[in-house]
Amino acid sequence: MQPESRTPVTLTDAGSGLTRAGMTTFHRELLIAFREKQDVINPLVFFLLIVSLFPLGISPETEFLREAGAGIIWVAALLAILLSLNMLFRNDYADGYLEQWVLSPQPLAMMVLVRVSAVWVASVVPLLLLVPLLGLMLHLPADRIGVLALTLLMGSPVLLLIGAIGAALTVSVRNSGMLLALLMTPFYVPVLIFGTGAVTAFGEGASITGHLAILGAMLVLTIVLAPFAIAAGLRMSVANG
Amino acid sequence: MWQWFHKLGSPKWFFGIAGRLIPWLGFGALMLLGVGIVWGLLFAPADYQQGDSYRIIFIHVPSAYLGQSLYVAMALAGAVGLIWRMKMADTFIAATAPVGAALTFVALFTGAVWGKPTWGTWWIWDARLTSMLLLFFLYLGVMALRRALEDPENRARASAILTLVGVVNIPIIKFSVEWWNTLHQPASIRMTEAPAMPASMWVPLLICAIGFHLLAGWLILMRMRNEILHRERRARWVRNWVLSQ
Repeated sequence: MQPESRTPVTLTDAGSGLTRAGMTTFHRELLIAFREKQDVINPLVFFLLIVSLFPLGISPETEFLREAGAGIIWVAALLAILLSLNMLFRNDYADGYLEQWVLSPQPLAMMVLVRVSAVWVASVVPLLLLVPLLGLMLHLPADRIGVLALTLLMGSPVLLLIGAIGAALTVSVRNSGMLLALLMTPFYVPVLIFGTGAVTAFGEGASITGHLAILGAMLVLTIVLAPFAIAAGLRMSVANG
Repeated sequence: MWQWFHKLGSPKWFFGIAGRLIPWLGFGALMLLGVGIVWGLLFAPADYQQGDSYRIIFIHVPSAYLGQSLYVAMALAGAVGLIWRMKMADTFIAATAPVGAALTFVALFTGAVWGKPTWGTWWIWDARLTSMLLLFFLYLGVMALRRALEDPENRARASAILTLVGVVNIPIIKFSVEWWNTLHQPASIRMTEAPAMPASMWVPLLICAIGFHLLAGWLILMRMRNEILHRERRARWVRNWVLSQ
């Protein structure tokens, strides 16, 4: 058997190094989510519970639910994401993984983006898969459920990325859940307005291209800018913890 | 040319300058607000549509304007603090957040009081009102974050990042009137056009606006001096200053 050949890392490897680091991070995140199933399931149950509170608390009338259903599902998804934020970097901060991350030669902003995308795949996509079911329970017509799912598909990464900024800033704070909700909710409002606005406009037979364009603009803007803010927040938290 | 900028970074120098500015700002604020508010509330003509209820603009417009611009000022200070690691920038954020929150609250409150006779309701979920409410929450968020973080270095960087992120929200506030254009009337004063209201109305409004700026400057400088004393409490010059009082 031949010994494994070790090629020294050179500058030309930087590109493939970043890709490999990204793949590893993505894989690790999914693996953790798969092993800690409860962390994925809890937000889902919470999502279902919040949605079922509205018919109980306000009215089970078909008319009302059809009117308000999209908004209810949007708010519930927003809350589920908001409440899962404080766990986003918590364990990595506690076991020192974040420090290694900050020290690693890979650009932190890119790694953050990969990391948040993996979290989105692992814990937000299951949430989106529940949307058709919840839509039926709230008597939404099928085509409106489709628009709702589309707006959530575009809006939820924005929520997660913006929320990750707050999570990075408060990772050293104990019991940061309430603080994070206070910090991040104002930033969520524009996403909520255009997300539910698209569904309402669709229900009234109006064009939804404008709403989707603005949601898309928000998505692009946060994908480009938020990783830098998250990285700055993580650097700060790790440096002075 | 950069000398004054470097001096800005010295708490001792800033403390002295602020101490000399404070009486002037306080005096100016009292004079201008006295003149502007008495003029606006008692002598300016009544509006042909809104009657006397419009007079709240002499408080409402300056405080709403300052509520927004102070957040931008905090974000600028945040950027300065992040780039040049200037201590005074964080002192400014610490001093400004409560002042900005208070002015935003005044704008919301006076708006509600004005809305009751004019729109027939205390509150309406109009884009502009909602974004002002969100601005109020943004201020509260900065204050809550500062209270939660114990390490001063952390607190400075975290609030700088948060205000920079928050400032993205300011354009949404500014242009929301044009975007949604619901109940709220468009901005009362524009820099680029001649004001639509007569001089007997906009002159006192302008005086009030300048007065509010001086008032905010006065409050912020006093709070900054307190903050400096607290932070530098172990420095020799602070002890000398305290003993000399």
